[in-house]
Amino acid sequence: MTGTGLTALAAQAPGTTALAAKAHGFLSPTGVEVAFLLVGLVTLGAALVTVTTKQLVHAALWLVVTLGGLAVEYLLLTAEFIAWVQVLIYVGSVVVLLLFGLMLTKAPIGRSPDADSGNRWPALGVAVAAAAALVWVVTDAFRATWIDLEGAAAAGEGSTKVTGEFLFRHWVLPFEALSVLLLAALVGAIVLSRRENGGRR
Amino acid sequence: MHLVYPAVLAALLFCTGLYGVLARRNAILVLMSVELMLNAVNLNLVAFDVWLRDELHAGQALTLFTIAIAAAEIGIGLAIVLLVYRNRGTADIDRLRDLAESGQHTEPADRERQAEATA
Amino acid sequence: MTTTTTAVLVPLLPFLGAVAGLLLGRRAPGFVRPLAVLPTVAAAVLAVVVAWRQGGGTGEKAIDAAVELTPTGSVPIDLALHLDGFAVLVAVLVGVVASCVQLYSTAYLRDDPRYPSYAALVSLFTAAMMLVVYSGDLMVLLVGWEIMGICSYFLVGHYWETEAARTASLKAFLVTKLGDVPFLIGILALAADAGTFRINGILTAAVSGDLAHPTLIALLLLAGVAGKSAQFPLHTWLPDAMAGPTPVSALIHAATMVAAGVYFIARLLPVFAASAAALVVLAVMAAVTMTGSALAALAQDDIKRVLAYSTVGQLGYMTGALAVGDRDAAVFHLITHGAFKALLFLGAGVIIHAAGTNSLAAMARTGGLAKRIPDACWTMTVALLALAAIPPFSGFFSKEAVLGAAEHAADGGTPGIPGAAGWTVLAAGLLTALLTAAYATRLWLLAFRGKGPEAPAHGREPAAMNAVLWVLFIPALGLGLAAWKLPDWFDGHSLTPTLTTSVLGTGAALVGGLLTYGAWRRTAALAARTPMGAVAADPGASPAVSEEEAIATHEAVYGDIASAKDPADPGRLLLGPLHRHAAAGFHLDAVYDALFVRPVRGAARLAHFLDREVVETYVRGASTAPGLLGAAVRKAQTGNVQTYLSALLAGSVVLAVAAVLVATGA
Repeated sequence: MTGTGLTALAAQAPGTTALAAKAHGFLSPTGVEVAFLLVGLVTLGAALVTVTTKQLVHAALWLVVTLGGLAVEYLLLTAEFIAWVQVLIYVGSVVVLLLFGLMLTKAPIGRSPDADSGNRWPALGVAVAAAAALVWVVTDAFRATWIDLEGAAAAGEGSTKVTGEFLFRHWVLPFEALSVLLLAALVGAIVLSRRENGGRR
Repeated sequence: MHLVYPAVLAALLFCTGLYGVLARRNAILVLMSVELMLNAVNLNLVAFDVWLRDELHAGQALTLFTIAIAAAEIGIGLAIVLLVYRNRGTADIDRLRDLAESGQHTEPADRERQAEATA
Repeated sequence: MTTTTTAVLVPLLPFLGAVAGLLLGRRAPGFVRPLAVLPTVAAAVLAVVVAWRQGGGTGEKAIDAAVELTPTGSVPIDLALHLDGFAVLVAVLVGVVASCVQLYSTAYLRDDPRYPSYAALVSLFTAAMMLVVYSGDLMVLLVGWEIMGICSYFLVGHYWETEAARTASLKAFLVTKLGDVPFLIGILALAADAGTFRINGILTAAVSGDLAHPTLIALLLLAGVAGKSAQFPLHTWLPDAMAGPTPVSALIHAATMVAAGVYFIARLLPVFAASAAALVVLAVMAAVTMTGSALAALAQDDIKRVLAYSTVGQLGYMTGALAVGDRDAAVFHLITHGAFKALLFLGAGVIIHAAGTNSLAAMARTGGLAKRIPDACWTMTVALLALAAIPPFSGFFSKEAVLGAAEHAADGGTPGIPGAAGWTVLAAGLLTALLTAAYATRLWLLAFRGKGPEAPAHGREPAAMNAVLWVLFIPALGLGLAAWKLPDWFDGHSLTPTLTTSVLGTGAALVGGLLTYGAWRRTAALAARTPMGAVAADPGASPAVSEEEAIATHEAVYGDIASAKDPADPGRLLLGPLHRHAAAGFHLDAVYDALFVRPVRGAARLAHFLDREVVETYVRGASTAPGLLGAAVRKAQTGNVQTYLSALLAGSVVLAVAAVLVATGA
């Protein structure tokens, strides 16, 4: 294979975990790995259904499954705060917004035969090619990399306390800038979506 | 845990979203696919953050920011789709062909639907 | 003020006058006339002063002054003055004639809207001619030479509303340029041989035999001289140039500019004398020019064209004198000819205005012209006698000087001059004397002895015009007496008439005059029976308007620009079958048409065809290929964003894979 260079790149990362990976083969998975794999399969399947189903509302509901699956994956990766944020924002609000959008644009309930455009086959080709390239590169680069989940969990890396500390210690300025961005988006969305004659009504 | 698992899952999710963006006709479905792509990136960020464990926790912080930006994006995007739907009577992306040379984008059927929408 | 400063002012004053006239012409019309006349008159006065101070003589007595403005590399170019007897006297002639012409023009073109530019161009022309005359450096001389050419072009085309004037100005320009190209090459070759552009240095080199290619240089220079001085075969522009206003014809195409070529050879005579072949060519050229133009003059109907051919012939006398190595006689004839020919032209302007036509055939049927314009009649009679070389008028003495020099050379009395040249010039000169008297008599008889109804009255001619005629009358009458004095100013050759040539020349002239008179007595009776043409010009308008209309209508009324089908013309009787060819200038224009114009037109058509069909095919192809490519690319522009995005991402994937492959060294 051609991935030796990428492996070398990855090997420059913190050494202890990389060395530790040698002790862990792919044929003897840990419990966390099995759980991650199973949830991952469900997530991927839900995502595939989301982009292929002909029922628009179902697509939104399958998106909920995907996003929820991802939240579980975050939990498995010890990032618990992010997992809850994911559930709150994505599952709670974004999907609801999308459903509202579907309703406001009078999307048909039930199967709509023209859910996919004529661009379907080129799109499939591009997506498969991109997937092949990415998976090849990623596996080639990180096949021997090991994440020390126990250590992370012990240190409470993903807990709300730790998250709050680094967020408001190191990232406070971007955080505030982001809040301004959100405000601007809020105003923009209102301006865009109000009707022209709304003021007169 | 092997880093390959989250990384490959993220890559596959990303490409699924990519397919959705390129192949879906309804603009809102396209936005959903965009959400998939963003989430794939988030998964990557979290996985690498856990692996690298740097002091700033850049991965998790960026994930949070991405989530916030995604929320903003979906709000604006939906507003735009709504506006397009109101003006043109359709949210189908392949009907929005103003960039093409001749004006085939407004077929008679579209005009009727537009009239309905504005009525 | 030193003589040199005065001499510098002579060309400078008319030049400044021209610049001021061009600048102020439209804004201050009141200044135009003073600005035209005063600098020219002042230049004439200063030229007289310079002549007085210099006191004549050549060689040692000449005044030289030079300033090198800037180093030019190999051969230096100086702003140099060379004042000898020839230069100062010719300058006086130019100044006097130019002043007369400027005065005359104030009346002649009094209502002309383009008078300011006209007067400025005449002043500029005067300045250029003065520069040519005084210059001691060939490059500076060439500058004046070319300025004169361009002024001539503009002034011939003054009546540019008429077709004849437009074509004539173009023709004059092109034909003289045709001669000027070899002329320039000749000057450069001369300077290369002599190592300097200074005339003094060149003459020293020529006398000591340092010139490597005297014949080649002389022949090249001769081409330019033939163009400027209207010598065969480049003379055809001069008769056509009569489409310009009469004062311009008098100044440029009779008295001064055409004499520049003669003056140039006179200046550089040692260069020409170094080559016997060049002298023989010059003699043959002069002989052909003289006789041919005299015959043509006898057949012309337009009074100004008669005078134009006469000018060509008289210039032939001058080149003939130069061909036999006597520049004293040439410049003497140049000066007398300048005086009486300017008088003739200015008188012709008066006649055209009074008669309302420029056609001799029409004048022969108009009575009472002589009584109406007595000033023009008397002065022109004297000038015609001078032209016909009847003693004791000025033309007689200068022409006798030429014939005497030719006879001297024919005898072998002049060292270094081939006898053949002398014989050629002598024989042609005598024949031309006869013909000159014939056409002078014809002109006089037809213009002043016409019978028939009088032309519509125009009132008195302007005083300025008549006064100028009388001013020029004096030299035309008495300049011959200078023959005893001029050798002191020139090289010292005797200019007084010799018995043999006087008797022969005068006899020939008398024979020619009497023959024409006899022919006229026979044909005059016919005139009453064959009415001819119409008087075209409207009375009361300014003379220039009359002339312009006369020129414009001549071809329409008489069928030809040069001749008229008039059976009462004594020239027709005298020339017999030759008349038809002589009227057309011996078809030289047709020859040129066949030799140059048609091949050039053919080449132009070929170039046009190649450009249209061949070159443009490439151009069209160069536009069609991208056009097709654009049409193909346009098909891809569906307007569907997803298609675009697919292509973009596919490209990104390919690039990313390629980058990874390159980075890993595969």
